[in-house]
Amino acid sequence: MKLDILTRLNTERAARRAAIVITNVENGKQRFVKAADIGNDPLRSALAEHLRTGKSGMADSAEGRVFLTVYVPAPQLVITGAVHISQALAPIGNLLGYDVTIVDPRTAFASLERFPDVKVIAEWPDQALPRLNVDRYTAFVALTHDPKIDDPALTHALSRDCFYIGALGSRKTHARRVERLKAQGLSEADISRIHAPIGLDIGAVSPAEIAVAIMAQITERLHEAAEIEPGGTRAAAPTAVTAAS
Amino acid sequence: MLATDTDILKAAEDWRNSGREVALATVVETWGSAPRPVGSNLVIDAEGNFLGSVSGGCVEGAVVAEALDVIESGKPKMLEFGVADETAWQVGLSCGGTIRVFVEKVE
Repeated sequence: MKLDILTRLNTERAARRAAIVITNVENGKQRFVKAADIGNDPLRSALAEHLRTGKSGMADSAEGRVFLTVYVPAPQLVITGAVHISQALAPIGNLLGYDVTIVDPRTAFASLERFPDVKVIAEWPDQALPRLNVDRYTAFVALTHDPKIDDPALTHALSRDCFYIGALGSRKTHARRVERLKAQGLSEADISRIHAPIGLDIGAVSPAEIAVAIMAQITERLHEAAEIEPGGTRAAAPTAVTAAS
Repeated sequence: MLATDTDILKAAEDWRNSGREVALATVVETWGSAPRPVGSNLVIDAEGNFLGSVSGGCVEGAVVAEALDVIESGKPKMLEFGVADETAWQVGLSCGGTIRVFVEKVE
């Protein structure tokens, strides 16, 4: 790989923009295509398909047999609520390669002492969230238990195409939340995107265990999302299986 | 801290910029069960230092050795590692899969 390609690739990755490196595996020739430029590329249909699923792979082309290395942005985890569960969730998110941001207007909660290794924004969600680029590579969780913080945060997340939305609270709490969101004009279909009660059902009790349950559910959604067509049907299983051994 | 794909490619760039000779290995195909998905990277320097992974640790040693050749010759190589058999006591995937790894010099 030319150092020039590597440098441009790292620039795109740092800016949270997708890109593809095309390598001719017969002669080693390479070129670099930004996501924004794939429409002009001779391999555009193959590039678009690989970009959609986020998966790298081989392709046959007029140029010969090529390998497409797909680089999509690192997933982002946005946590509303600088609470006890968040103190466990943030480092787990970091470990899994997520860019983690915590939003909570209560400065006593949202302190760097409590969250040393992540970005902390001590502002109301309706001020902070629009700046965060909540995109399809984002998982969003609301953990404050306080409707005046969680509700506007969830409303923002539901207006975006983030791959995961979860909210803390029992079935009863969530039922009341559903009523409030409906009263604000949100549709049943929108509201059904919220995972609540949040997390996989693994019998989690402590804040750290609940964080594991949440992160496990986010991981499950991350990989499901890559296999689901925009229309909602599951894409054909890839021919090359990449399951863990 | 576990190295993420971003760190690995950043390391490749930084190592090269600091004058080290560097090779990049990428998993390009897998069959059966394979420990790391297509697109996974391993970066290697001329001293045999490496970061990242192309398998669960089964074949990294062999990839590093081949990468040293690639750094010296400048010519890319396609490596294939199959099911663990008798020879696989040295290199091979005990999980029963096959992987193909492309190794190239960063120039």
